Amino acid sequence: MKKVYVNEEWCLACHLCEYYCAAANSGAENMIKAFANGKKPISAIQVEESDSINFAVQCRHCPVPLCVKSCITGALSVKDGVVSCDESRCVGCYTCVLACPYGCIVTSEQSKVIRKCDLCTKNNNGDPVCVKGCPNRAIVFEER
Amino acid sequence: MALNYFQPLFDVIRDKDRCIKCRACERQCANEVHHYDAELDKMISNSQTCVDCQRCVCICPTSALKITDNPNKFRNNSNWSQRVMTEVYKQAETGGVLLCAMGNPKEYPVYWDKILLNASQVTNPPIDPLREPMETRVFLGKKPRSVTFKEDGSIDTKITPTLELSTPIMFSAMSYGSISRNAHESLARAAAELGIYYNTGEGGLHKDFYKYGPNTIVQVASGRFGVFKDYLETGAAIEIKMGQGAKPGIGGHLPGAKILEDVSKTRMIPMGTDAISPAPHHDIYSIEDLRQLVFSLKEATEYKKPIIVKIAAVHNVAAIASGIARSGADIIAIDGYRGGTGAAPTRIRDNVGIPIELALASVDQRLRDEGIRNEVSVVVAGSVRSSSDVVKAIALGADACYIGTAALLALGCHLCRSCQTGKCNWGIATQRPDLVKRLNPNIGYHRLVNLVHAWDHEIKEMIGGMGINSIEALRGNRLMLRGIGLNEKELEILGIRHAGQ
Repeated sequence: MKKVYVNEEWCLACHLCEYYCAAANSGAENMIKAFANGKKPISAIQVEESDSINFAVQCRHCPVPLCVKSCITGALSVKDGVVSCDESRCVGCYTCVLACPYGCIVTSEQSKVIRKCDLCTKNNNGDPVCVKGCPNRAIVFEER
Repeated sequence: MALNYFQPLFDVIRDKDRCIKCRACERQCANEVHHYDAELDKMISNSQTCVDCQRCVCICPTSALKITDNPNKFRNNSNWSQRVMTEVYKQAETGGVLLCAMGNPKEYPVYWDKILLNASQVTNPPIDPLREPMETRVFLGKKPRSVTFKEDGSIDTKITPTLELSTPIMFSAMSYGSISRNAHESLARAAAELGIYYNTGEGGLHKDFYKYGPNTIVQVASGRFGVFKDYLETGAAIEIKMGQGAKPGIGGHLPGAKILEDVSKTRMIPMGTDAISPAPHHDIYSIEDLRQLVFSLKEATEYKKPIIVKIAAVHNVAAIASGIARSGADIIAIDGYRGGTGAAPTRIRDNVGIPIELALASVDQRLRDEGIRNEVSVVVAGSVRSSSDVVKAIALGADACYIGTAALLALGCHLCRSCQTGKCNWGIATQRPDLVKRLNPNIGYHRLVNLVHAWDHEIKEMIGGMGINSIEALRGNRLMLRGIGLNEKELEILGIRHAGQ
């Protein structure tokens, strides 16, 4: 199955993946509208930075996802290898946040429910936007 | 400073309606032009340090940025232009030699743009390269005067070593040090894939790149950086650099700040020391001395590799080329005055040397007149900007072209001409690790391959249009060229007729 991987050697920590992800999954028509009037849609991919190395982190779509096991409402599920969240069922208990060993489940003050990467299967962008928007091809979508 | 003589050259214009404050511009600008002010919740730009490299413009996800010339102008004066005045202010403040980078940007004539190509009509049919075979392969090196055969019909003539190019284009000498490791790797991999050559420049060859040896031209310059047996043996050819188009008559100076561990190992000099290439080779003061070096290098590599001698195009270039042809060199590379550089004194770059088009025409003519054109191949450099420049160069008599600036453009360079600062936002002319990684060689080499493939297609289209199906048949075929807007003297030097003649 094709997944999103990050080659940290090429990650520039420009954070553009975060903005592409946030905008694409915000439901807004384009990036300008997604962030208009002080709106701050959240991204499922997060760039971790240090002085010498940076990389973007998002859901690994584990074969045996601990987050799905831990979910108390059945909001998280696996379909065709993609771990995704049914936000209408999420109650914001954040058990999955504790369970995820990669810290890939994102929360924000604007919403009670969690946000996680679903490989852009719920928007109409085709391949994940973080991959398409990466200026240095550090984020790739491939079989490994 | 109480009085600021230096007004910003550029104006950074931010469309506030489009900007989403993602701060990508801030993170990507090594000149620290942009910053986010949390108190104002605004992106602020400081145009003073902007070099117009266009990195922020290219990376902005909402196209919110534009860089324009600063509309602020000194009082109009055709003699004392704003540029000239600013240079005086700069020298009055620093007392130093003005430094610059990349090719001569001044408005000198570009002869390529005053030459037109021919095409076939009616009497000789044009050739469609998509339907018929078309040859752009060239061999660089000495060509035998005649071919003799043994009794059994096999060839008796001894062929000296040559370079085989799939298309008459090579990547110019750019040293590891002046350009980044990733830029170097992109060039090496592209040359290997394309079946052409790239040139190490005078900075030696990093051990990781020895595997690209069959597509590498190794350079021996006045500083002799990184020159040793393995280096000479690894390359496909050896180039003796006598001069460079951007700075004829002077040497080079790579500041110690750029000599980090890898560069220091490759150049074989201590870390942090300035790498100074003297203006002359201290062992070359005549053609006879040059001949000694040519044959020392041939001896060291068992006569298996062609030797290139690279010179800058200067006033008596034809006579110099004649001498080089007699020195035993296999290939002469001539670099015109618009050739690029990682750093040069501005006055030298902008005022020394001659156009490559004129130099090439006179060298080719001189070598032909003396009956020694077959002794050497001629490679030209110094602002070959497109496939049509390549075709014109070959019709003027060149065997192949070196491209440097065009190759860097393919890697992202926007010709901001600030290489000497070492803060290249495109990861090309820098050694800062965070900037170097911005050039992913997996992308870079692919773009170079694309560029050369595209040029190769265009070369085939153009020569096909002339009814020629082999680049060899175009070489020195000046009847395929016509001048436009050139005076008698220029036409005479170029050896071409005026359009309409």
